[in-house]
Amino acid sequence: MLRVDGLHAHYGRAHILHGVSLDVAQGEVVCLLGRNGAGKSTTMKAIMGVVPPSAGQVLLDGKDLAGRASFEIARAGIGYVPEDRRIFAELTVEENLEVGRRAAPAGSQGWNPERAYTLFPVLAEMRRRPGGRMSGGEQQMLTIARTLMGNPRLLLLDEPSEGLAPVVVERMAEAILALKREGLSILLSEQNLAFANAVADRACLIETGQLRHTASMAALMADDEVRARYLSV
Amino acid sequence: MDSLIVQALNGLASASSLFLVAAGLTVIFGVSRIVNFAHGSLYMLGAYLGWTLTSHGPLAELGGFFGFWGGVLLAALATGLIGAAIEFLLLRRIYRAPELFQLLATFAVVLVVQDIALLIWGPQDLLGPRAPLLRGATEILGLRFPRYELFLICVGPVMLGLLWLLFHRTRFGILLRAATQDREMVAALGVDQRRLFTSVFALGSALAGLAGALQLPREAVNLHMDMAVIVEAFVIVVIGGLGSLGGAFLAALLIGELHAFGILVFPRITLVLAFLVMAAVLVLRPHGLLGRKPSGLLPAAVPSPPLPRAPRWLVQAGAVALVLLVVLPPFLGDYALSVMADMAMMVLFAASLHLIMGPGGMASFGHAAYFGAGAYGAALLAKHFAAPMEVGLVFAPFAAGIVGLVFGWFCVRLSGVYSAMLTLAFAQIAWSTAFQWVEVTGGDNGILGVWPSEWARGKLVFWYLALALCGLGVVLLRRLLYAPFGMALRAQRDSPLRAEAIGIDTLRVRWVGFAIAAAAAGMAGALFAYGKGSVFPSFLGIPRSVDALVMVLLGGVQTVLGPLLGAVAYSGLQEQLVRISDLWRLVLGVAILALVLFFPGGLAGALRRREDDRA
Ligand SMILES: Nc1ncnc2c1ncn2[C@@H]1O[C@H](COP(=O)(O)OP(=O)(O)O)[C@@H](O)[C@H]1O
Ligand SMILES: [Mg+2]
Repeated sequence: MLRVDGLHAHYGRAHILHGVSLDVAQGEVVCLLGRNGAGKSTTMKAIMGVVPPSAGQVLLDGKDLAGRASFEIARAGIGYVPEDRRIFAELTVEENLEVGRRAAPAGSQGWNPERAYTLFPVLAEMRRRPGGRMSGGEQQMLTIARTLMGNPRLLLLDEPSEGLAPVVVERMAEAILALKREGLSILLSEQNLAFANAVADRACLIETGQLRHTASMAALMADDEVRARYLSV
Repeated sequence: MDSLIVQALNGLASASSLFLVAAGLTVIFGVSRIVNFAHGSLYMLGAYLGWTLTSHGPLAELGGFFGFWGGVLLAALATGLIGAAIEFLLLRRIYRAPELFQLLATFAVVLVVQDIALLIWGPQDLLGPRAPLLRGATEILGLRFPRYELFLICVGPVMLGLLWLLFHRTRFGILLRAATQDREMVAALGVDQRRLFTSVFALGSALAGLAGALQLPREAVNLHMDMAVIVEAFVIVVIGGLGSLGGAFLAALLIGELHAFGILVFPRITLVLAFLVMAAVLVLRPHGLLGRKPSGLLPAAVPSPPLPRAPRWLVQAGAVALVLLVVLPPFLGDYALSVMADMAMMVLFAASLHLIMGPGGMASFGHAAYFGAGAYGAALLAKHFAAPMEVGLVFAPFAAGIVGLVFGWFCVRLSGVYSAMLTLAFAQIAWSTAFQWVEVTGGDNGILGVWPSEWARGKLVFWYLALALCGLGVVLLRRLLYAPFGMALRAQRDSPLRAEAIGIDTLRVRWVGFAIAAAAAGMAGALFAYGKGSVFPSFLGIPRSVDALVMVLLGGVQTVLGPLLGAVAYSGLQEQLVRISDLWRLVLGVAILALVLFFPGGLAGALRRREDDRA
């Protein structure tokens, strides 16, 4: 479904991604793992066109999206949930969802606010509340719901568990599994290994902007040496 | 008592049209982050188009209710289309350019529109038709009050309501509010920003056009409407808080009433009042009445490259140029000499502004205040104390420097657009003082007879004097940049927090930098006064501040050489254009646009790029 090939990216003159390649199959949940500063977020931004990639391909169902504007990439079917959430603080929950809304492709069951509220029931209780007056967990749910409103086929989730209370992290994992059951493909980035293990099928380990190792989640959990090399701090 | 009520209603009526203009400006700024200098021009176009539509052609023949109101609405729509075209053809290409470059581009549009309006509608005032159904007056509490004014009073709140509905009840409005907070995220959610920007320009421009057309029954249409209204609109937007419609409404009421009552109470300082209120509001509430601190999502300023040392060939070229400037003049005529002397002063003026804008990282929209302070300082000494030129030239930088210390104390405390607006406000206060305090400054007639001393009367000697003093000023400014003070100035610009951490008092550094720049501008101003033999309020006017901005931006903010090139190019171009063509504004505007589009790094940037390519 998604195939990233030899992706390079820069911030100004700093060369951050050095040819990242990975793929995500239809309905698969792939987790990017790596230490802080490894390049997980940058990979997602480069796929999304938020940081324009300087070389490489981003193929969605065979169509190359690298170099396109991010709104075009969103319209092609990739949804992006940034790690800093970027809720529109002065817009209400309903209005935040409205910004993300786009008509569903013909024949598919589209997302609407009601459906988002069944996935995250807390949001239903605060439809009129400005995004700036929500807790971190609530904002995380809202930002995912907002992206879902665009009916993406592939979801990029950047550290969805970061900074959340353990109960909320559990709820978040359940929500992601629910989305997976519906057939959504997900590329997730995490530093929380337990969380990744709970939701992902496969792991891609990234270090200094390069992909070092790929394995099924189960294999990674069994391989102490690889985990120590790429993940321990 | 009665006249007070009439006056209050008058103020409300003015407030409505001010609100429409300011609303357009603030909405455009909110989404695009562009401070649209040309917004006043769109207001003026709305008025002219309204005049044409209601007095010529099919609508005028139709006449009556539909003739007039149809004309007004069509004028608003047409202005909206023009605004969209400006966005589409010009601004879209420079969204990534630095803020001030965008400002320069919109200022070029002001120049172009000025001359186009002059070509189409001519220089004379045009009187619009009366509004059908709203002619005559109505009695309120036994007072006769013009119906059209009453109607206008209602327009403001009604438009505020309509805009509120638009922003809260339509998808378009919600997207606009979202984009005001975080454009990049809106794009990542699949919204085509370009369409959003074009439509927001259309909306804002249509509001300006409507305001202009609605003025038709109240006042004559003329070519000065653009600058007059844009300054007021800036003041209102800043008082209300950038991006806040409710704030703009409150501020429009405040300013409308202030004008209405100011005339009764302080007829001498009405012009100053609005700006004093703005300065007071900004000091008490740095983000305006209802404005919020811009969220941290704005892209941080691009870190500027370190100041380059001049390459060897440049030093050599400079030396050659200097020799030529000393050796050639005896062979030149008086006209050339006085043009060159003016250029030298402009170079110092631009270099002084550059200190604030480049290394200082602040913006000044009102640098003419210090130029004028120097000029008036020297002229007042000459007029009231018969002081000779030598005394005036020594005194002027101090006078300007003190003005800079006073104004700067406020300006350096704010940041970004707010600080820039405050500098504009102070410059207007200075201008109003010169204009209205007739006993001391001579008002509009200025001060005449500010001649150089006997020995410097000859054009050649005066040229050498100007060259020496301006050259000295520029060299001192340049040395300052590489001295510890200059490093502190750049450090506080690039990272205020880190600068504080290593013990730099950032406020103080900026304040001192501001005052030094003011003193240098004052020297240029005093020389200018002696060169012309007189001073006028226009020395402190907005156009002169804009000249300085254009010179610096044209040359490029990031180099030391830039402003010098910009000053020579701009003042030379202007001088020549005024001589050869009545349409110098049009030509100049188009030239600036071409520069903005093709040399976004300024003249010096273009030179350096060639250097890089060769290396
Ligand atoms: N906006 C930015 N400007 C410059 N460098 C950045 C920026 N964002 C991230 N970086 C750098 O890029 C590298 C990768 O960062 P990131 O992709 O955010 O890592 P991760 O998400 O894996 O923690 C880091 O070294 C970081 O310092
Ligand atoms: Mg990250």
